[in-house]
Parts: sequence; C-alpha cells; structure tokens
Amino acid sequence: MKVLVPIKRVIDANVKVRVKADESGVELTNVKMAMNPFCEIAVEEAVRLKEAGTASEVIVVSAGIAQSQETLRTGLAMGADRAILIQTDVPLEPLAVAKLLKAVADKEEPGLLLLGKQAIDGDNNQTAQMISALLGWSQATFASKVAIDGDKLNVTREVDGGLENINLNMPAVVSVDLRLNEPRYASLPNIMKAKKKPLESLTPEDLGVDVTPRVETVKVCEPPARKAGVKVASVAELVDKLKNEAKVI
Amino acid sequence: MPDGIYFTAEHELLRDQIRRFIAEEVLPFADAWENDGMVPRATLRKMGAIGLFGVRYPEAYGGSDMDTRATVVLAEELGRSTYSGFAITALVHTDMASIHIFNAGSDKQRKRYMPGIISGDLITAVAVTEPDAGSDVKSIRTTARFEENNFVLNGAKMFITNGVHADLYCVAAKTLSQEEGSNNVTMFLIEKGAPGFTVSRALDKHGWRCSDTAELVFEDCVVPADSVLGEVGQGFYAIMRNFQNERIVLGAMAMGEAQAALDLTLDYVRTRKAFGAPLWEKQAIRQRLAMLSAKVEAGRQLVYATSVRDAAGEEVVKEVSMVKAYCGELVNEVMYDCLQFHGGMGYMRECPIERMTRDARIQAIGGGATEVMLEEVAKRI
Repeated sequence: MKVLVPIKRVIDANVKVRVKADESGVELTNVKMAMNPFCEIAVEEAVRLKEAGTASEVIVVSAGIAQSQETLRTGLAMGADRAILIQTDVPLEPLAVAKLLKAVADKEEPGLLLLGKQAIDGDNNQTAQMISALLGWSQATFASKVAIDGDKLNVTREVDGGLENINLNMPAVVSVDLRLNEPRYASLPNIMKAKKKPLESLTPEDLGVDVTPRVETVKVCEPPARKAGVKVASVAELVDKLKNEAKVI
Repeated sequence: MPDGIYFTAEHELLRDQIRRFIAEEVLPFADAWENDGMVPRATLRKMGAIGLFGVRYPEAYGGSDMDTRATVVLAEELGRSTYSGFAITALVHTDMASIHIFNAGSDKQRKRYMPGIISGDLITAVAVTEPDAGSDVKSIRTTARFEENNFVLNGAKMFITNGVHADLYCVAAKTLSQEEGSNNVTMFLIEKGAPGFTVSRALDKHGWRCSDTAELVFEDCVVPADSVLGEVGQGFYAIMRNFQNERIVLGAMAMGEAQAALDLTLDYVRTRKAFGAPLWEKQAIRQRLAMLSAKVEAGRQLVYATSVRDAAGEEVVKEVSMVKAYCGELVNEVMYDCLQFHGGMGYMRECPIERMTRDARIQAIGGGATEVMLEEVAKRI
C-alpha cells in the first residue's frame, strides 16, 4: 500500500511573524522556513507504517514555490521514498490544494492519504476534508492514533468531549493531530541519502487544475496590542467591573 | 538565505536538526551537567545516533562524508547552545581527537574504532599538552621507549578535555630521546585501562564546567607496538595538520557563542527599563550592540569563507590562524559588553551570560593562544 503525505512549507514555528510594511501580507524575505509541524507528524506516521511493513512506499508531495523542494527534501531525509513538487508561484487556497492533491491521488492510487490537520500559517484546517470529499474517500480528522487492520483503518480522534474511536474503509484520508507521535530527527546520513532520492516536478497545468485564487486579501495587520491590566481592591469591585465595564457577566 | 554562497540545503537541514537537538536534549538538562562536571554518555550516544559524530567520516564507518563546511555548521550551532562545555565535549571528540585515528590510523585501527567513535559508544581525547608544553609541541617530555615489541610510556599530560571519561586517548610522546626536533614525536592510541596509565585528577576550571578535563599520568605504561598512530616520528606533523581543523572549529564555535550572547542581550535590553525607557532606547547601548553585530558577522564570514577554501583543498594556514586569533578575542569582547548590558543580573550565576562569559575566556587560549596565532599570521604577511 502506498501512503501519500502532502506537506507544506511554512514560516518556522520559532520565528516571530511580522506584517509587511504595506500590509499586503506577512514578511517572508530572509525569514526561516520549515516543514509545518503537523505535516512532520504525518510524515513520521507514514514512515512508521513503512517500517512496520504495512506501507510499501511513502510519497511526500508539496504544492507551492520552487523552494518547497527543501521541505520535500526534509521529508525524504525523514524516510519518505520519493517526492512530488507541484510548482506554482500562485498563492494557493485550500480548495486549489485539494484539487491538486486529488489529481496526484488519481495518478498514484495510494491506499492512505495522511496529512497534518492544519498548517500553522493559515490555520485553515480545510484541505484534508476537501480532498476526502473530492475523492469520495472516507475520512478521519484530528487523529491521535492510527492502526491498520487489513483493509480497515482504526483511528482515535481527539474531539472536544474526549477521544472518539472510529473504523474506516480504505482508501481513506486521515488528518493528524499533535499527540499522534513525536517526529524523528533527520539523521545526517539520511539527509545525505535524501539527495539521491527521486523528486518529480509538476505544474498545476500538468494536472489540469485551475488554481486561480477566489479570495482577495484586502489587508493584513497586526492584532491590537494587549492593554495593561488593572488591580482591584475587592471581589465586589471586580464583579462590578466585569458587569458594568467589561459587560461579560 | 544569505548563507547560500557557502552552504547547501543539506547544511541548512543539518543546522535545523542540531538546533532541535539542543532545544530538546541539551537546554533542559545542561545546568545539572554543569554541576556534575560532565555530559552524560547517553546524550553523546544520541548525538551519534543522528549522525553528528560522523560528519566527515566515510559512509562505510557510518559517517556522512561531508567537508569542512559541515564541520563549521556543527561547531557554530553547538556554540550557540550557550553551554560551551557541552559543545567542546562533542567537538574534541569529533574534530580534535578522533581525527588523529582517522587520518593516521591503519586500516585495522580504523575498522576497529571508527564505528564506535561515530556512534558515540567510544569517546576520544587527545593528549598532547603537558604541564610545561602547550602550543610548543616539540618541548613535550613524555617519552616512549621501545622494548621487546612494546612501547613503554612515561610522563604526564595536562588540561586534557574528555580526559576523565574518554575511552580512547591519542597520546603524543617522544620516541628517540629528550632532544628537541620535529621527527621525534609519535602519536599513540591508548585505551583507558592500559597498565600504567591513570587519570590522576579531574581539573577544576574557570569555565566549560560540564566538560571533563583531566591530568593524565603514564608510569611505565606498556602498549603494543601496533598502538602507534601513523608512523614513528611523524606525530609532530600530524598534530600540526590537525591543528588547522581544530582552529577553524574553535573559530566557528566562538562565533556561535558570540551570536547567542548578542541575541540574549538584544532581548534583554529591549525589555529592561531604566530611567523610564527600555535600554535599547539609549543610543550608546544600541550602537555598541550594532557594532558588535557587525564584527561577529565579519568573523563568521571569515570562518565560512575559510571553511570553503579549506574544503576545496587550498592551503589556508594564514587564514585559519586569523580565524583563531580574531574570533577568540572577539567572543570575549562580545561577552564583556553583553554582561555589562545585563547589569547586576549579568553577574548572577542564574544568568546565562555569566556562564557564557566564563566559557568564552578559553577561546583566546585553547587550541593556540592569540599570541601564538598572531605570530603564525605575522610570518605569512
């Protein structure tokens, strides 16, 4: 069984994000980029399935600018077998990504699509669900445990009320949550080996997908700075302020 | 990335892995290591497992076959950890001690030891310095007398990093007589526990507290003739050759330390208020930090450029000596100001800058003191 793992290049989680001076977006010039942390978890899970003998091949795929190759190389260094880059300079919306991934899935015919529940840049949390709908495959989102049992998939999901266990038919789309696993380090020998693994480059046109954005970004700005708090002398004063000033009770 | 002229995507990925390793496996524990005076072997094995001890060594032994640039990335990032005692524990093993075994060792010695060196199961130390001889290698007094197919070593070694906890020691001794001369020094590979070889004491240091440093004693220490590393009488040249790598490593490490100190200090002065405004608002402070940033950038570029030339096989003794002299002094200048701008807090043991200032001092001494390095430069300008 092939496992297809879509991954995204985002601003490194440790970087303090700054808005561009012209408010057209966030500053990306000379900013450190990395693989989206949820995508790392998806790659780790796929590589573990391969090591357990359940998966036969792990393919990482990314859509975006040429530098997304670096993110794919990270996936290869973690243990994926090959990579596909869908190269475009057009800013991609979740539906466009889902259509591109559907086209790749139609071609590769994986048994499982494993991906991060969301990317830490847009926090959209849409792509997995959209691919599932486009492919007509069963889906499990926010997975904290994934076990394959023949052609069935047992997934534990993190939901508001606790944990939910569901069984799915394969092929399936699974979006992974933070607690599924702890991604491995890319060891230096594996980083060097990743250089020799195949990386195929495609374009949206090759896949017959129109990725023209449908949403126009008008302005991006910093959230308002948090104001300093005030000290109150008594519980009565606190209640009064909450009731009459903050109007929350 | 502005470093693109020197480094490839693989180097950047290596950098990322080291940063993550430091955040997860070093920073939460290193204060305890400072107290214990050692880095746990389990941590070193973890570094071995992700390939950090085999950067330059062949794939056949478990290494990654990379060049000086990757070594510079390793040294710079370990220096950035702010725990230079930890950094030097690893770097002495990878780039100052085991390199003798790899460069000069026989096939048999390499096959026997390199896999363990790369995995972190065998930690190495290099023992050249003596109470009366440091950079002046020809003046060492330890002797190795040839007797019935064995060598018998006598003498003492001083300031030996990893000296307490290493498994393998690369030891320099004179093989002919007490006469001075370049063809009189031989390197020996000696395992811990060899009869007559003892760690006489662990040394109490100003900085690098979590690095174990020892005085070693050889009293009629008998080792078989095949313990020689390379050829008899060729040790001096091996030591001189390896010094070049060691000095680039120390320069890169120093620039990592300096950058980490600047980053910590920039954070501090932007939040610490004095006389109604953050310290950053004082022109005197931010201009000093701006100039130090420029100097550290210059030092780093010199290290990077020298590593690229070294990797290409150029003879760069002058530049390497400049790296060691310049970066070793600069990191101390940076630490002085960074501690100053932390005020009273900077003098407290709980403040990382206090430790980093102590750790930096050795950068102007170890691996060739500034004065020795400047003479090497002077000979070549």
